[in-house]
Order: sequence, then C-alpha cells, then structure tokens
Amino acid sequence: MARRVSTRRRVIVTAIAWAVAFLIFFPILWTFLTSFKTEGEAVATPPHFLFFNWTLENYIEVNERSDYFLHFMNSVVISVGSTVLGLIIAIPAAWSMAFVPGKRTKDVLMWMLSTKMLPPVGVLIPIFLLFKNTGLMDTRTGLVIILTLIDLPIIVWMLYTYFKEIPGEILEAARMDGAGLREEVIHILTPMAIPGIASTLLLNVILAWNEAFWTLNLTAANAAPLTAFIASYSSPEGLFYAKLSAASMMAIAPILILGWFSQKQLVRGLTFGAVK
Amino acid sequence: MKFRALAGACVLGLTASGAMAETTITVATVNNGDMIRMQGLMDDFYAAHPDIKVNWVTMEENVLRQKVTTDVATKAGQYDVMTIGTYEVPIWGKQGWLVALDDLPDSYDVNDLLPAIRSGLTVDDHLYALPFYGESSFTMYRKDLMEKAGLTMPEDPTWADIEKAAAAMTDKEAGIYGICLRGKAGWGENMAFLSAMDNSMGGRWFDMDWNPQFNTPEWKNTLTTYLNLMNEYGPPGASSNGFNENLALFQQGKCGMWMDATVAASFVTNPKDSKVADQVGFAMAPHKDGVAKNGNWLWAWTLAIPAGTQKEDAAKTFIEWATSKEYTALVASKEGWANVPPGTRTSLYENPDYTSAAPFADLTLKSINAADPKSPSVQDVPYTGVQFVAIPEFQAIGTAVGQQFSAALAGQITADQALQNAQSLTEREMKKAGYIK
Repeated sequence: MARRVSTRRRVIVTAIAWAVAFLIFFPILWTFLTSFKTEGEAVATPPHFLFFNWTLENYIEVNERSDYFLHFMNSVVISVGSTVLGLIIAIPAAWSMAFVPGKRTKDVLMWMLSTKMLPPVGVLIPIFLLFKNTGLMDTRTGLVIILTLIDLPIIVWMLYTYFKEIPGEILEAARMDGAGLREEVIHILTPMAIPGIASTLLLNVILAWNEAFWTLNLTAANAAPLTAFIASYSSPEGLFYAKLSAASMMAIAPILILGWFSQKQLVRGLTFGAVK
Repeated sequence: MKFRALAGACVLGLTASGAMAETTITVATVNNGDMIRMQGLMDDFYAAHPDIKVNWVTMEENVLRQKVTTDVATKAGQYDVMTIGTYEVPIWGKQGWLVALDDLPDSYDVNDLLPAIRSGLTVDDHLYALPFYGESSFTMYRKDLMEKAGLTMPEDPTWADIEKAAAAMTDKEAGIYGICLRGKAGWGENMAFLSAMDNSMGGRWFDMDWNPQFNTPEWKNTLTTYLNLMNEYGPPGASSNGFNENLALFQQGKCGMWMDATVAASFVTNPKDSKVADQVGFAMAPHKDGVAKNGNWLWAWTLAIPAGTQKEDAAKTFIEWATSKEYTALVASKEGWANVPPGTRTSLYENPDYTSAAPFADLTLKSINAADPKSPSVQDVPYTGVQFVAIPEFQAIGTAVGQQFSAALAGQITADQALQNAQSLTEREMKKAGYIK
C-alpha cells in the first residue's frame, strides 16, 4: 500500500521546495534586475526591487564596447570542442575499464580522479611556458586541448558508472551471436548508453563554458571566451554593477537556455553519474 | 622580356603590399572610464596612422596585474603595450623588462609631464612609461552638513580638525556617518590609505636598514586614530568597504567626509549618479599638526612597452599619441573638458577651460605636487613610493598587513595585536627576501 501523505504535509513540503528553489535562483534574478538599472540605482540603499526606471542602456553600452559574437563563438568552439574530444578519448577508456577490468583498474580510476584534487594554479607556470613555446597561447586549439585534459577524469568517471550499469551478459550474448568488438561497441553498447553519453556531454559543455581559470590565463585578444568578456566589466574605480550584470546575463543566457531544455537529461546525469 | 616585366611587377607588388602592411598591436588595459573612452576615440588615431591597428584586451585590475606580470616575466609576448601602475614601473624598469623611452620627439614635450608623476616613472634617469592618467587623494566633504554643524573645513586640515568635523556631522539615526574610509584588506585597498596616513603622522614603512616600523609610536598613532574615527563615526561593516563601496555611500548622502582618490571628485559631483552633487567641497588630505607631509598618495596608470616586442615602433607611436596634448584636446572637443584624463601634464592645469570645468582641478594638482614618491615621509626611506613600497615583495606583505588592520577594524583583534602581527610578519618576509641580514 502506498504511503498516504496528508494535504497539509504536501503543502508544507511544496512550499519549502519552492523557497529553496527561489533562494538558489535569487542571485540570477538579482543580476537580471540589476542589468536593467542605472549604475546609481544598482547601488541604491535600500535597494529597489521592481519599481525603478527600467533601461536598456547597459546592454547597448556592452554591445558597443565589446565584440560579443567573437567571445560567444570562442566559448562555443572551446566548450563543444573539448567535450567532443574528451568523449572520443573517454568512451573506449571507460568501456575497457567497465567490461574488461584489470587488476589495477580501480587504482587507475582513483589516480585519474586525484588529478582533479590539485589546485589548477599549481601547474599554471609549466602549462603557460608549454603554451608559449608551442605557439598555443591565445588560440582556440590550445584551450580545447587544456580543457579536454582538465575535464577528462570527470568524463571517464561518468561514462564508467553508466557502462557499469549495463549488464555484461547482453554483450556476451552479442558475442555469442558472432558480433565483433566493433559491432559490440557500435550496435549494442552505444545505443544502450546514449542517455548516459548525452548527459555527460551536456554537463561537460556547461563545465567548459563556465571554466574561468585557464580561459582567463591563457588568452589575450583572439581566443578569449565569454568568461573574459565578463571579467572585463569589473572596475577598480567607478561603479560597474549594472554593466557587469548586463554582460553576465549575455554570457550565461545561452547556457541557461541549453540547461533549461535539457534539464531532464542533466538531472539524470547529476544524480545517476559519477558525481552522485 | 615578358619574364622581366613579370618580375618587375612582382617586386612592385611586394613593395606596395609591404608599404600597406598593417601592424596590429595588442594593448592590455584596465577597465576605467578614461581607458574605455579612448577605445571610442580610436578613429582619430587610425586616420593619422592607417598602418597600425590596435587590439584591446580589457581586464579587471587584479587579473590584469597577474597576466601582464606573467607575460613580461616569461617574455611570452602576448601584449605590445601594457597598462601598468606606478608600483610596477620602477621594479620592471630596473629588471630590464621595459623599453626605455629616451628618444621622445620634441613635439611630445616631455618636460610638460608633472614632475612628481615623471619622477615615479624614472629609473636611473631613464623614463620607462608614459602616464595616461594620474591621481592623488584628498578630502571630499559635505558643505551642507559642515554648515549645519557650524564648522568650516580648512583647506589643509589636521587630523584633529577631521575628528571634530566627523563628530559634529555624525547622525547615526538619520543614517549619516561623519567619515567613510577604506577598510577592505589589500595592499591597494586599506593599505594605500593607511600607508599614506602614516606618512602624515611622520612615520614610514621601513628605516634605512629595511627594518619594519610597526613598533614605532607613529604607526600606533596612525592605527589608533583610524580605528577611533571609524568605530565612532564610520558606517557599519566598514571592514569590507573599498573605493566603490564608499563611493556608493557618499553618492547616496550617507557620508560626511571621504578621503580617497582624486578621481572620485568627478563621480561625486556628477548629478546623474550622485544625490549630493552640488554639496561637495574639497580639501587636502589631512596631516598631523606639525608634520609637513599630508596623507595623500600618488598613483598613475601608465602605458609601457615590454622589452622584446616585435612591434616596438608601432607601440611607441600609439603610446605617444595616447598620452599627448593632442589626445587631451581631442577628448575635450568630443566629450568636454571635465572628461579629459587628469593628472599628467602641467599645461592642463594652466588651461582656463579645464579649471573652470573641473572645480576640483586646483586641489588635485596641489595634492599631486605634495606627494613625492622618492621622499614620501619626513624621515628618510630606502624605497620609492608613497602609499606602497616599490619592491617585488610588497604586494604579499602589504596585503598580509592589510588583513591584520582590517581584522582590527572588524574588532577581531586589538590595535596592539594587529601592529605586533604586522611587525613580525613583515620582519619574517624581509629576512627571507634578504633585505635584513
């Protein structure tokens, strides 16, 4: 018999859920509102919530001052490029670890994850010098490579846990029917793992889109993505919150929309995958 | 014959394309009003120099500092022009990281640069950067509140005058605080103010043997006066206030006085953002009675060329244009005299158009001239810099000391503890760096 939930309890739980959701969403809402204020209103005390002179001047100024499209395209190329490259490397790796584990597979997995525990700034200087000497500085190629390497452990871990969910017997049955390795991976494994691969892809595009340490440090004028676009609107002397908010909204809008449409996959990826 | 004609045409073509070749220079810069304005006025530069294209990379101050430092130290060559401050220029110049600018054309009129600013950018008689905009600090106060309290602000106030005015103007119930000062920790935040304030109390950062001076009566006087002013008459939560937070408070009419960068004057007198635009008066930064140094700092954002750039000539052409009298005139004609980058040239302050458009011009110039980076204190010092010490170790030390003083302002430790911690941590770092044997 299903548990009976009283109406009162349901109302309370729903109210709490909405309150928590609002709390989490509030910074984005506030950024959104601030982006339509003047600089003076953005810092007014007490703050104005909805009743102020809504203006588009910040968006106009940001568009005049910066090349949004260049930064946007850089973000797209870098985040999609690094994720696809990462998947190409990670799918075979995760397959072998999930279905033909060796004696040290667990150790290899742990070692891969341990690379994420090092603070990135610890390897900034060596990577910076490597980039400088190989001509990768301020290029999209360079950023695709570095972000692939940075996110690879997460991609492998997520795929590994998805593949583990697939019963090995199905693959065995396929082999009994005469399927080779190629057929096995393409016709049996991949279709079953598509939801997992899709959520890995989405999550990593988001991670790469938001990555701000390497993208800020290894770019100048040509390959700078939207993170650098936002950073350029912070000012040491003079009010900047409204313009910064407008720039932030323009930078997060594409990924917010992508996240909105794919939230079902994303939630599955987050609760089911490696980052449980 | 045909072949020869073809070869000739090729040579001609090559020469022509060589002459037309465009040099692209990349300029790393900070996000402030004057720099952004220049990006909008580049058509004038392109008209005069069609062979040079300028790529801008605008960054937040801390990001800029980190990126240009890494770039210049590893000779990565990503930037052909860097926007750096008066803190970096002497250090980098000495390291040989910057191109010396000794062969400026006569038309540039290098002798027109303000002596205090020029001296901060000169190492061993070589000029290493051209100043784009310069600032000092001074006192901004509310004329209406002073009048209500029955007081007048002297042009050159002492700390005692300031305390008296702060007490008279404070009305916490009405949300008006007598004084707003920087409290946020950082070498360029609260320590810029407190180092300059210590100069005005007769103190200094180091003696001639590089021993830190936080155990002297001058520093104790500085910190206790500051804490007393802020605790009694300052706004709540001041330990997280920097320039922008205080600017917002002052513009909203919450502060009686504010001692900060002279560049703030144009913001607080702008009626678009400031509620108190027509009520702001200006005075020098305060000093202790009997000490001949005021608590005002000296800072300039400058344009410098990293040594080893392949495009030195184009970079020089650009920075000479950006810091020239012609550029000032261009801004004035397009955006008005109140918007020209201040604080770099004597001629600007002799221009009646400017002085009438900027009522704070006179005191800005006086403040800049009153700051001497080579001799910031009444006592002798072994370093260059008014509100900083131009040694590579200072950023880390200054910020660590700033954290102690910010903690004292937040009430987490006492003034004595903060000074003691500052003394021991500075001593440790200076020994490690080899200044103290």
